[in-house]
Order: sequence, then structure tokens, then C-alpha cells
Amino acid sequence: MTAVAVELEPEQWEDVCALDDIVPWTGVCALIAGRQVAVVRTGDAVYAIGNLDPFSKAYVLSRGIVGDKAGVPKIASPIFKQTFDLRSGQCLDRPEVSVPTHEVRVERGRVLVRREPRAQGGHDGS
Amino acid sequence: MTKKNLVVVGNGMVGHRFLELLLERDEAVRWNVVTFCEEPRLAYDRVNLTSFFGGKTAAELSLVTPHRYEAAGITVHLGDRAIAIDRQQKRVSSAEGRRIPYDLLVLATGSAPFVPAIPGRDAWGCFVYRTIEDLKRIRLWAGQVQTGVVIGGGLLGLEAAHALARMGLETHVVEFASRLMAMQIDDGGAEILRSKIEALGVSVHTGKNTSRIVSRSGRVTEIRFADGGALSTEIVVFSAGISARDELARDAGLSVGERGGIIIDEHCRTSDPDILAIGECANYRGRTYGLVGPGYQMARTAVSTLGGASDRLGVFDMSTKLKLMGVEVASIGDAHGTQPGARVVAFTDAVSGIYKKLVLSSDRERLLGGVLVGDASGYGQLLALSQSKAALPPQPEQLILPRIDGAAVRPGVDSLPDSATICTCQNVAKGSICKAIRGQDLGSIGAVKAATTAGTGCGSCVPLLGELLAREMKRAGKKVSNHLCEHFPHSRQELLHLLRVHEIRSFDALIAQHGRGTGCEICKPAVASMLSSSWNEHVLEDRHLGLQDTNDRFLANIQRDGSYSVVPRVPGGEITPDQLIALGRIARKYALYSKITGAQRVDLFGARLEQLPPIWRELVAAGFESGHAYGKALRTVKSCVGSTWCRFGVQDSVSFAIRLENRYKGLRAPHKLKSAVSGCARECAEAQGKDFGVIATEKGYNLYLCGNGGMKPQHAQLFAIDLAEDTLIRYLDRFLMFYVRTADRLQRTAAWFNNLEGGIEYLRQVLIEDSLGICAELEADMARIVDSYRCEWRATLEDPVKLARFRTFVNSSEPDPSLVRVPQRAQHRPAIWEEKQLQLAAQEAE
Repeated sequence: MTAVAVELEPEQWEDVCALDDIVPWTGVCALIAGRQVAVVRTGDAVYAIGNLDPFSKAYVLSRGIVGDKAGVPKIASPIFKQTFDLRSGQCLDRPEVSVPTHEVRVERGRVLVRREPRAQGGHDGS
Repeated sequence: MTKKNLVVVGNGMVGHRFLELLLERDEAVRWNVVTFCEEPRLAYDRVNLTSFFGGKTAAELSLVTPHRYEAAGITVHLGDRAIAIDRQQKRVSSAEGRRIPYDLLVLATGSAPFVPAIPGRDAWGCFVYRTIEDLKRIRLWAGQVQTGVVIGGGLLGLEAAHALARMGLETHVVEFASRLMAMQIDDGGAEILRSKIEALGVSVHTGKNTSRIVSRSGRVTEIRFADGGALSTEIVVFSAGISARDELARDAGLSVGERGGIIIDEHCRTSDPDILAIGECANYRGRTYGLVGPGYQMARTAVSTLGGASDRLGVFDMSTKLKLMGVEVASIGDAHGTQPGARVVAFTDAVSGIYKKLVLSSDRERLLGGVLVGDASGYGQLLALSQSKAALPPQPEQLILPRIDGAAVRPGVDSLPDSATICTCQNVAKGSICKAIRGQDLGSIGAVKAATTAGTGCGSCVPLLGELLAREMKRAGKKVSNHLCEHFPHSRQELLHLLRVHEIRSFDALIAQHGRGTGCEICKPAVASMLSSSWNEHVLEDRHLGLQDTNDRFLANIQRDGSYSVVPRVPGGEITPDQLIALGRIARKYALYSKITGAQRVDLFGARLEQLPPIWRELVAAGFESGHAYGKALRTVKSCVGSTWCRFGVQDSVSFAIRLENRYKGLRAPHKLKSAVSGCARECAEAQGKDFGVIATEKGYNLYLCGNGGMKPQHAQLFAIDLAEDTLIRYLDRFLMFYVRTADRLQRTAAWFNNLEGGIEYLRQVLIEDSLGICAELEADMARIVDSYRCEWRATLEDPVKLARFRTFVNSSEPDPSLVRVPQRAQHRPAIWEEKQLQLAAQEAE
């Protein structure tokens, strides 16, 4: 499920914004088929996770501070400061909690997010 | 499955704890639970009852969250008293005529104040001290009188005396025994306690047998003593001990103790196996227990008995630590040395008002008990030593002697065995704490608390937790550090120094030169604040954007549903009618919930991200500036109306407050800053509770520093008196910059001050006498910040790049559908999750 999938199934991907619309080390929120998705840019990568903070039940994760914990890219909820692994969606403070994740591609300066989240249980290694 | 009936009589602290513990267990579903609560309100924190006089409300003291019982299916008969138990029919009847059948009955009836049989005790103006209702009555009466007497010099008596004294009464404490707190402490400790309490203006009369209460027209006027003496008084509060409420059990034929209390076995069963008793009403091993700790243990055991388990009551530890009128008092184990051969080591410092005593076993190898007055910081360690029966160091007196020049000779936590209980509130042993620190690689007190629950009760063991953590980390080859976080091996103060010396102007440069990794939610906002207070660039510049907490990033305060609130600056709390109208108009236009803040401003709630710029465009047009409620920055300089209007005012406090607020607005600091100016000594602006407070005098202004309200109130320290405005501002420039430079991240001025060696005298040396030679530099730093101030919102509105970021969705202009409002009074509030789900379901059904 890589570049081929994009070409074959364009309807599976949403062009949400230009890469330049996201300041490095911040996030934005995209509305994709009624879902709120946090699209987060680090220094060299773009990730997408559900925007709903499971602890406060507010749709705010895109507004958190981005950084790392021992090299793991993460974002902190702006409400109560729990942090989430941007790759897997897993909460780093409470491992039994996680948020959905979406595949992301950057092509010709545009950010594409796959409409459906990955199957629960974290990223599939693609 | 038919449920059995469980009736619980009494909803005090222990009755409530029993229900909470029951609900945690699976067997809760096997019972229909009915509880009687004689008082007009559910369980509240009786241990901290006195804080009701300090301003806590009944709601704040409550232990039961609203609807907790309803949600759990527990039936409560509030304000109804159980009056009889029919053990044949297995039924409880109540004052209001209810008859409730039970399969199992739990008595948690507590105790009643003991009022000695003194003639005249029924006069108007005589009270007991047990319930919130009692305290309300006392408050009403005390508000109209000048002198008061508390009969009883124990714990509660001294609390009652404190309450009367705080209400401005000339207060006397009368104790029958020869010393205060006779149960818990000894003569030496009581002497120190007495001198401290008398220094606070409360008169103490010990060895006094009250023989009569005299009244005129029914109102108390005097109490008389058996030795012929007398005291005039207009209120008498009895606080001479408690007696178990065992009358219900007694009438039902259950066994009760000689000196009262329903006799229970180690499973909390009374002489009728279908009836349990817990808390202060219970008599276990020949006595009753007036502390909440044993009561909670009984509650736990009773729940286990209910479930068929065979937990047994242990030996109750009656050790206790408390703060009476600001004086720390602790009693540990065998405080009076009653065991055969017990030896005593004591230390008295009458100058500082400190008394410490150790009770040692005859071979001096074990700690049996102790007394601490004036400084109870060693309580956790002594308690653990006495409970664990660990071997003492060769010179146990070192445990209580003052340390000289920091040469610590305390044996510390190393001397304790793993079985020693460190946290007595949550019953956590040393071994399990160390194991958690090692096994889960815990690196902070907060993490230890979260992982073990230790330290989450009274908090007195937290210093011990710190020692354990330091020891375990040292053992693992790690250093306990004041490093900002994993990304910077420096303290905040060190980093700020580096950033200034090397003129570093961005986070990226700082972390590249002095850190590692990419940063996190701890170091980024801290560095953002340092950059801001050093160079004062706009916080929304691209290179600073990712450093800002959401409040700074959107220049507004995030609320629980993800919407924001807006607080325009109202310097000194002075506002024109036109500005008020503008606020109202804008709030109405954007449907913002409006509330007056504690800092003389107006907070407008419920703005969506994309509404913030248009709202601010209108606010700026009406003459408002950013109020920085979102930043770790100066909030407001509150003021009273001062000499311009007030007949008492001696200076123009409003003008000065506005001047101060306009000078320091926008200054980013390690934490938020609050301030106030009062126009006379009546102190209506509450300046002594602020980070910097100013009180007008006939000759100028007195300056107070490092006060705090909030969670841990602390009075500000008087720094200098009768200052001219310009001198005061010079001192403030220096003070604020010194704090900004040296404080830790998120450290308020009060906590910063408490860690400052040398206290207020040291601050005067640095800031007035310039002992460090930095005053000119501090003033120049402040001048740079003041000169470069711009309203952050005005600057944002002028910059299309910054404005573009104020949108909820990067790919849609639709408003955030998750923000749902529910009407409340004449306004609205955010819907809670369940309400949103309901609404969603309704929409789908349509």
C-alpha cells in the first residue's frame, strides 16, 4: 500500500493543504468525510492522527506541542498534557489508550491524507 | 438474582468511605443499598471542618460528588435519623416513620460532642463544635460579640479558638488538665505550643475546672471556676471530647463498652453477626477511636466481611500530625513513654519555639514514639522508624537535633526496612515504592505518586518519597537533576544565562548548541518564555509558533471543550461606560458567555478559533488591548477606588495601578504575575495576596512582594515602606527581572521566595543595596521590555500570515461541529460528552 495505491485509488486520499500551510513543529486540523484529523508536521515528516483527545473529549490534538520522547515523535494534548506517539497514536503516558492514525503522503508540495484510518492497533509499517 | 438489603446508618466520613469502597467491589451489585444521613447534607470533610471559617463552603468540604449515590443506585434518606432497630423483624425505623428491612446493617453513627454537666450550660451563646450547622450557628453569634471562651484545650478546642480569634474575638481557651493537648503531647511540647498560641493573642488557662456558666436574660455572660476565678464571655464553645453515638445499638440490646462504643470483633461484627459497626461509634479492643484513619480501616474491613473475605482489623496507629493555628504538632506511637523501660531524649528551643522528643526502647535500639512541636518536618521518618521497629543509628538524638551548616547526620530512609510504611494514608510500604521506581524507571515525585498512590493523601511523606527517589536514582547511576527535561541538561536559570550570553534568539539554535533531540511540551513553552522576556519578539513569529502552549499560540484561553475565552485588558479595573457597552455588544454578537473575573476584568467564553480575529478587531476598535490572560505574564493590577472617591483613601490607587499595569503588561515570566494597589490600610484591593502588592500610606506606598492566593495562599512580605512612586517602580523593575532570571519553570514568586536563602533581608540587599552589583543591568533589561511592548492582538490583526492560522479546519470553513451549547440561566455552557452524544443520536434519527 504505497505509491501504487495512490494512483489506483485517488478517491481514497484527501488533498488537505499545501505542505507550506503547516509551520514545522505544529499541527493543523483537517475535516475529512466528517472526521476531524490532526495533521502534524515535524522537522522532516508529516503525520495524521484523530483530533479527538480521548482524555478531555475535546477535538484539540492538532493544537498541541510537537516534539519527541527519546526520539519517538509525539504531540501533547493542550488540555491535560498527555502525549501521543505520532506514528502509532498510542498514548505515551497511558499505553492502554490510543487514537486512530491515518496514512499521509506529501506529493508535489501537497499533503494527502488517506480518508479511512488505519486498522486499530497502530501503524501497519507502510 | 434477588438482591439483599444493606442498610447503612450514618453518612459521615467513615459511612461514606464504606460506600465508596463497596462500590469499587464486584459484590456491590448483590446489594440494595439504603443509607440514613441525619445531617441535612451528605458526608463532608470533618477533619478540615475549621476551614469553613476560613472561607471554604459546604460544597467544597463535601466528599460526595453530586449525583454520585443516585448514579450508583444508592437510596439516601437525607435529614432522616434512624431511631430503632428491630432485630427480630430485621428492620430499621426512622424519625420520619420509614421502616426499612435489612439483611445486613452497618452502623456508622459516629460520635457526639461531650458536654460536661456544668450548671448553666444551656444558656444562649453556648455551642458545640462538630457539624457545619454548629459552625454556622457559632458564626452568626460570634459576629455580634467581642469575647469568647472555648472549653477544652485539645485538638478541636484549639481549632475552635483559632476560629473565634480569626473572627476578631478576644479568645480564651480553658483546659481542665494541666496542659494543652494532653492526649497527644507531653509537658515540654505543650509549653512550647502554649507560648506560640499565646503569642497569637489567645489566652490559655490550664488546670481550670469550670464550675458554672452565668447568664443574664438567658444569654451567657461569664464562666466561673472551682478555684474562685471567673472570665467574662459572650460565647462558650464546648470542645471537651467526644462520646460514641451508641444509643441505637444500646436500645437494640447489642453489647457496648463500659466507657461507651459498640463492641466489635476483628471483622467489625457486633454481638449480632448481621450488624456491623465502624468508625467512632465502634469499640474495638476496649476503646473507641476518634481519628479518621482507624475509621477508614474499619470501613475497609467491613466491606471485606460483607464479601465473605476474612480481613482482620490490625493494630491502630494513633500517630497524628497537624497544624494548629500555624503551629505544627505531631504525636507518634508511644508519645508518653508508657512502655516499661522506655527512655526519653528531648530537645527544646524556646527561642524558635521548637520542641522534639524521642521515646526509645530500653536498649536505645528502637524508636517507640515521639513528640514534635513547632517543626514536624521529621514526622514521616520518625513514624516509619517507629512502625517498622528498624534499628536506630548509634546516636538517635541526631534525629531531632538541628543540623549545623547543612552537615546532615540524619540516617535517612536507608535505615528503614522494606516493610516500613512510608505513606500511612494510602498504606504504601518502602519496598513497593522502591520497586516501582526501579521497575518503572520513575524519574520524578509526580511519577512516583501516580504509580504508587503514595503521597497523595496528607502529603506529609512527600519529603521521604524525594529521598527514596534520590537514593534509587543514585543507585541506578542517575543524578537527580534540576534539568529542564530530557532535551536540556541545564536548569532554567542556566539556560537563560546561556541564551543571553550567546544572544541566542531561537529554540532551534538553543537546542542545537545546548540540548539534544527535538524538544517537548515542557521545554518549548519554557524556552518561549525566556526568549520573550529577553528579546520580546512576537510570540507568533514562525520560528516561535511551535513553542507556544495553545493559549499563547491563539492568544486566548482554551476551555474544556476546545473553544476559547477572551479577556481584554482593563488596567486597574477602570472601565468607561462606552467600553462596557462595547464588551456587551461584542459578547452578544458572538454569543459569548460573560463572566466577571476575580481580577476586575470581563471574561468572554465560547469563541471558536476562527472567531478570535473578528472579535479582536472589534475589541481593538473599541480601544481594548490584549489582557495576556493566556500568557505566563502580568494579568492585572487590581485597585480599590482610592482617594479620588473614597473618604478613607490616602493616595490615588487607581492612577498608580494603571501606571504599573501599563508598565509591566506583556512581560513574560516563569509563571503568571498578579498585582494590586490599595489606597489605604483597609486593603480593599487585597494587595498582600499578590506577587507584588502596594498599599498606600500617608507618606507614599508600602511595597509587598511574593504573596500568593490560589491553592496555597501565602501573605506577601513587606519589602519597603513609604516609597515615592518612582522609587517603587525602580525596585519593582529590579525585583521582576531578578525573578524572571532566577526562578524555575512554572515557579510562582511565593515558591521562589521560599527557596531563597536569606529571605526578605537578602532580597533587600540585592534589590535595594545592590549587593550583587546587578541592579543597573536589571533596570536596563526591564527598560528594553517596556520600550518594545506592542499589543500582541493589534500586531496579529495587521499580519495576514499570522491571521491565516486562526482557522478550525485547514481545508474547510465549516464551524467546528463538536462545539455544542446548552442553555444555562440566561446564557449557555458547553455540552458535556453525553449530551453531545444524545444530540447526535437525535440528529441521526431525523
